[in-house]
Amino acid sequence: MPVLWIVIIILAMAAIGYVMGRQRALASAGGDPRNLHSLPSYYGSSVAIFTMVFSFLVLIVWLIVQPIVIENQVAANIPPEMVREGSTLGLMMSDVRRVADGLDQAVSQGAMDPEAASNIRAEFTDVRDRLGAIGVALGSDVGPAVLRAAQRYRSLNATGHMFMAVVVLGLAAAGFILAYLRSHKDFRARNVVETTIRYLLIGAASIAILTTIGIVLSLVFNTWEFFRLYSWTEFFFGTTWSPSFSGRGGSSELGFVPLLWGTLYISFIALAVSVPIGLFAAIYLSEYAGPHMRAIAKPLIEVLAGIPTIVYGLFALLTVGPMLLSVFGEGGLGWMQAGTAVMTAGLVMGIMLIPFVSSLSDDIINAVPQAMRDGSLGLGATHSETVRQVILPAALPGIVGAILLAASRAIGETMIVVLGAGAAAKLSLNPFEAMTTVTAKIVSQLTGDSDFASPEALVAFALGMTLFVITLGLNILALYIVRKYREQYD
Amino acid sequence: MTDATAATGAPAQARRPFASLLTLDEHTKRRNATEARFKAYGLAAVLAGLFFLVVLFVSIISNGIPAFTRMVVELDFTLTQAQFDEAESQLLKTGAYQGYFVEGFDKALEERGVEVEYDAAVLDRLIGKVGGIMREFYAANPDKIGEEVVFELPTSSRVDGYFNGRLKREDVSDSRFLEASDLDLADELYEAGIIKSDFNWTFITGADSGVDNPGGAGIGASVVGSFFMMIVVLALSLPIGVATSIYLEEFAPKNWFTDLIEVNISNLAAVPSIVFGILGLAVFIQFAGLPQSAPLVGGLVLTLMTLPTIIISTRASLKAVPPSIRDAALGVGASKMQSVFHHVLPLAMPGILTGTIIGLAQALGETAPLLLIGMVGFVARGYPDSFLTGFTEANSAMPAQIYTWAARADASFYEKAWGGIIVLLLFLMTMNIIAIILRRRFERRW
Amino acid sequence: MKTMLTEADNTVATVPAAGPRDTKIKARKVQVYYGDTHAIKDVDVDLEDKAVTAFIGPSGCGKSTFLRCLNRMNDTIDVARVEGEITIDDEDIYDKKVDPVQLRAKVGMVFQKPNPFPKSIYDNVAYGPRIHGLAKSKADLDVIVEKSLRRGAIWDEVKDRLTAPGTGLSGGQQQRLCIARAVATEPEVLLMDEPCSALDPIATAKVEELIDELRESYTIVIVTHSMQQAARVSQRTAMFHLGELVEFGDTKEIFTNPTEKRTQDYITGRFG
Repeated sequence: MPVLWIVIIILAMAAIGYVMGRQRALASAGGDPRNLHSLPSYYGSSVAIFTMVFSFLVLIVWLIVQPIVIENQVAANIPPEMVREGSTLGLMMSDVRRVADGLDQAVSQGAMDPEAASNIRAEFTDVRDRLGAIGVALGSDVGPAVLRAAQRYRSLNATGHMFMAVVVLGLAAAGFILAYLRSHKDFRARNVVETTIRYLLIGAASIAILTTIGIVLSLVFNTWEFFRLYSWTEFFFGTTWSPSFSGRGGSSELGFVPLLWGTLYISFIALAVSVPIGLFAAIYLSEYAGPHMRAIAKPLIEVLAGIPTIVYGLFALLTVGPMLLSVFGEGGLGWMQAGTAVMTAGLVMGIMLIPFVSSLSDDIINAVPQAMRDGSLGLGATHSETVRQVILPAALPGIVGAILLAASRAIGETMIVVLGAGAAAKLSLNPFEAMTTVTAKIVSQLTGDSDFASPEALVAFALGMTLFVITLGLNILALYIVRKYREQYD
Repeated sequence: MTDATAATGAPAQARRPFASLLTLDEHTKRRNATEARFKAYGLAAVLAGLFFLVVLFVSIISNGIPAFTRMVVELDFTLTQAQFDEAESQLLKTGAYQGYFVEGFDKALEERGVEVEYDAAVLDRLIGKVGGIMREFYAANPDKIGEEVVFELPTSSRVDGYFNGRLKREDVSDSRFLEASDLDLADELYEAGIIKSDFNWTFITGADSGVDNPGGAGIGASVVGSFFMMIVVLALSLPIGVATSIYLEEFAPKNWFTDLIEVNISNLAAVPSIVFGILGLAVFIQFAGLPQSAPLVGGLVLTLMTLPTIIISTRASLKAVPPSIRDAALGVGASKMQSVFHHVLPLAMPGILTGTIIGLAQALGETAPLLLIGMVGFVARGYPDSFLTGFTEANSAMPAQIYTWAARADASFYEKAWGGIIVLLLFLMTMNIIAIILRRRFERRW
Repeated sequence: MKTMLTEADNTVATVPAAGPRDTKIKARKVQVYYGDTHAIKDVDVDLEDKAVTAFIGPSGCGKSTFLRCLNRMNDTIDVARVEGEITIDDEDIYDKKVDPVQLRAKVGMVFQKPNPFPKSIYDNVAYGPRIHGLAKSKADLDVIVEKSLRRGAIWDEVKDRLTAPGTGLSGGQQQRLCIARAVATEPEVLLMDEPCSALDPIATAKVEELIDELRESYTIVIVTHSMQQAARVSQRTAMFHLGELVEFGDTKEIFTNPTEKRTQDYITGRFG
């Protein structure tokens, strides 16, 4: 029975339960809702909740656990000597899954009867051809071991699904009956419903935690996998980045240093552009500009923050790159070979970060109490002296926090560097040379055709891990500084 | 600081400031100059920010507008039944149609009094093989045989580029795609009104055309892909975000678990988007086995990214509802849950919706995570078959499509990428304007 | 209203001479507008040199606003507009040629809430002399700082910790530091906007004592909410109500024998 059907049946049961529970409660009160403990709808809802909650919980857990269990069972049954030369158990299992899926499709399209699907033998039938005929493409010939494993996989899956249907529907029915019988006028239905809602709210709030766990786990597992295939010292201290595209391991050099250098260099240029402009703009708008100017200029500058990064990427690649090239390239100063360069990406990223820096600084400058300004102006200081000698020193921790946040943005930015910085990993000081960054390499290593089990793909997770750790560290530090700063004036 | 005893001995002031208020002394003049300079730096910074904004928009618009127009050859053409029968009986059917077309073309030139020498190969280079298009048309509309039909045939992307300035005449090197001399004919035809500019509906409604046909590329299919992603984002992030905010604002006790949630939300808001892409790849595609490139997966990833934004704005609007409303509800005997769902939530709704729309707008423009879940390698050649398959069938999304075009070697696609950006920005602008209107209309000051 | 105005004019003219003092600050027909609000109406007043003048009146009567006109602090508020004539030593301070920066060095100000900068005690006091370029050398500056801290009657309490942050002092000490800071630019006039309202009674007593000492060297104008304080520290008192100057005269006279009913009502606590 497909999962969709199970879901629909449970939903239908819940709907019926709502009506029946409501009626039973009303009947127990002699048809007068005033004799009930809660409003009638709460009795109906409690039946619906009991029908759905436990059955759905079990359904979800089952759907997650069953594939893992079955996979282990099937994998354990493949004798190690059957694993082909140059392949791994993991690769073989993905073949198994693909064949099993193919057989499923063949059966559902009627190209094969279920009996045949479970009994065909690779020795007598070319499974690849038969599946190919109905549009299931398989990479290699199907060996007998794989086919047998796939058939076992299918039968285990079928059994599992059958059990699942029985258990889940049974639970739904049990919940239904239990709650229905309890629908009596003295039953505190509202409390039950509200407790359930409360748990649902907690569940929703936990998604933030689950997301973090998901990020950390997916990074940690794959990074672990990568460091089993590739030495971590070579990754962290290697100064060459040259992944091989075809080979599996061995010939690739995956040194992290040039990527980190490119990332930091581009971020540095981005900050060198955005911090002075953003900070001065914030000072001007909050200290000098009249209300009209502020009302116009502030939202306009903030428009820059609402523009998607892909737009900035294209702007770097097609507008800023060629523009810089015409000045610093062959025809001009001759420092630049191509439009994609550290300078291009850094400049555009700087533009992107201007509103980020300026609105954060604006908040922070405004948090400095007016009394400070009055004190300084009352002594005969000019406006700029007040800003430079009183406001900025007072706001310094906050501004440092804002710059750290901007730096973390710059380090994690992807589209601008993918399009604007180039692809070559280099350790160079020339800002007009193409370099690449951690994020750009994560994209290129994971969007190619390489196999996910190879170090060339897995390295992306190690890169992601380092990126995650760096940005998280910067964010926590920045938030800590900003919070301390705000407490000072609260 | 020198020691105090030495200091007390010499009470003499260095100088008495400002004999008269009406005369400025040198020192004050210098200070005022510094002040003016400082102010000028500030103004310059603001102007620099606005300047970048202008440059950005000018380059988007000037580069992107040509994507919305195309050059077409417009021709009145009549095919007689006899011609149709004859063509269909031949071996090279499209060749026969091509022949008729050339005849019709000659006639059109004659009518307009244009005298030029050309051979049929030039026409091929200007508008491609027309015969196939015509045969297809008459096969589909047999009733049009014998009537006059206006054909609008798109010119090749190079001719298109020549007319909108992308391609300079002096840059043309003779090839099988275009010869410099073809452009003379193109110019004549343009003068005569046979080649004219037309709104490019293909760009709005079409799908991606593959690497070799920039002229036929359109953004429509990826708009649909984005639309399905946004449905997923809205359907998941709004309820989850609101539930989380209600819990944190109204029910959460002050304990380590609540703190953990808070810390997680503020950190997720700052995690680079590419990391969410990694999460999507590892969890949704590799672990959960959801289909690659599907709007469903994109929507799930973007939901997780959008949640912090929605939660932060929802909490702000819940906070803005004064406690007196809650007290009033509790005072007449409502439960805490009822006071929240009957009173606080409806009052906070405009703020929540505004935050949600802004969150959706952010999600709509997000590109990096889509690269990792495979929305880029895929060429979206058509619309999904049905509403449900729209979620699970591989498709592209607007930003991913723009990236795909920008990454192609053929420079003609750049124009499409800029055009795509205009479409994307129009969507974002609309969403933001709706959010602003919502805020203006329903914002309540307590 | 009309009669009131003429009476106010009269009070200026008929101020009983309390000694041969010079007039330091002269205000004529001063109007202040905040946007559309007419906050100060037709105030004429002569403030004497080397004396303490107290501005009293209920909250929102415009006494602080008028005080802020005297060193053009109202310039820093976008919507504020000042009309009329205010002269210090017969120089119009709203003249186009006058730079408010120079004016404020001459007319120091102490605020309601102590507002030391988040700097060291030394730097707090040295701030004014530094920006106005009053010291030729470090040694000069040290002299100015010490002299000012002594004038502020806080030298003995802070001389051992001049590098400690000014924000670390107690409220009363902070306010005396702020007075020292204002004195450091060698002003001729000191404006004090409710300088004791954030202080406890003991700190208030110290500051009042200090004000009395400073009277010998400066023209002091103090805004206060406390009638007792006005009676204790000032020689002259001006009573404001709803943006108008109700009565102006010797403090003793005002408190014992006010000519205006509103002054009497306020002093006896019937409103305010």
